[in-house]
Amino acid sequence: MANKNLAFKNTPAAPQALRIEKAAGKVSGELDKVIHERMRLGIISALAANEKVSFTDLKKLLDTSDGNISVHARKLEEAGYITLTKSFAGRMPLTEYAITKDGRKALGRYLDHMEALIKAMKGVG
Amino acid sequence: MPKLSPIRNDEFEENEPVNIGDRAIDNVRYIREMMERSAHFTAVPGYGGMLMGATAIVAAYVASQQVYLRDWLIVWLTEAFLAFAIGLLAMWQKSKIAGQSLFSAPARKFAFGFVPPLVCGIAITLGLWRYEHYEVMAPVWMMLYGSAVVTGGAFSAKVVPVMGWIFIVAGCIAFALPAVYGNYLMGASFGLLHIVFGAMIARRYGG
Repeated sequence: MANKNLAFKNTPAAPQALRIEKAAGKVSGELDKVIHERMRLGIISALAANEKVSFTDLKKLLDTSDGNISVHARKLEEAGYITLTKSFAGRMPLTEYAITKDGRKALGRYLDHMEALIKAMKGVG
Repeated sequence: MPKLSPIRNDEFEENEPVNIGDRAIDNVRYIREMMERSAHFTAVPGYGGMLMGATAIVAAYVASQQVYLRDWLIVWLTEAFLAFAIGLLAMWQKSKIAGQSLFSAPARKFAFGFVPPLVCGIAITLGLWRYEHYEVMAPVWMMLYGSAVVTGGAFSAKVVPVMGWIFIVAGCIAFALPAVYGNYLMGASFGLLHIVFGAMIARRYGG
């Protein structure tokens, strides 16, 4: 710990680095782990831009396997960020996902956090 | 060992914050990309559009040399098929690069918006041909192609519908001018507009 503090004081970039560390620390404390994961962030982003997105379209968009999508979608569903409806298109089962109000809020918060981080970084330059 | 570790720590402290900020930018970019790719048709061809424009200029020149209106029509119909084939091939190629299927939801929306005005264009052309109203064909083509680009382009990059509207305006101007200018305006719209907007799309939207 002592070494770390010394390093901060001796390097010219120290105060700015500290500022970002602070912002990052604040953010990671509040960071929404449910949507921070890449696949889930992709799912929630796609749903935010569309009324509904089908399972097949999500799979194509994120270029991944059936299992991967369903596992991550279930996590988001459990958090109350998305809802799923199952129906039939002819004989084919059709699963569609939609974002909930909470999900939209969570994405908004996440973007705020990212914005804070980017601002903190720009403050350095 | 004890000497080495502070130096490494030092480096770590300097690099780490920047990485967090960079990662934040990367995350935001990823969100944006997913939103765009899921909602917008990204395979509108830029270079393909430029090639379509080049063939249209050649077609405009060849068509202007024709004595009979029927031959004039054949030249432009050939060009239409050629351009359609180039467009399809270019979209297929670009969709592979962009990683978006030509059967994805946004691609389907684009097609459903793009095709109806084109079908009307074919039907109206047949009608005009039957009654031998060759002189109104050029304005009608420009307007209906423009409509197709506007309606299909609603699900694509913002510059696409802008090009469609310019086509519609060109069609209106062609109606106002003497029929002889129709062929020049066809060359200017299908030729130059495709080249200019194709270049913009190629530069800004990758290909």
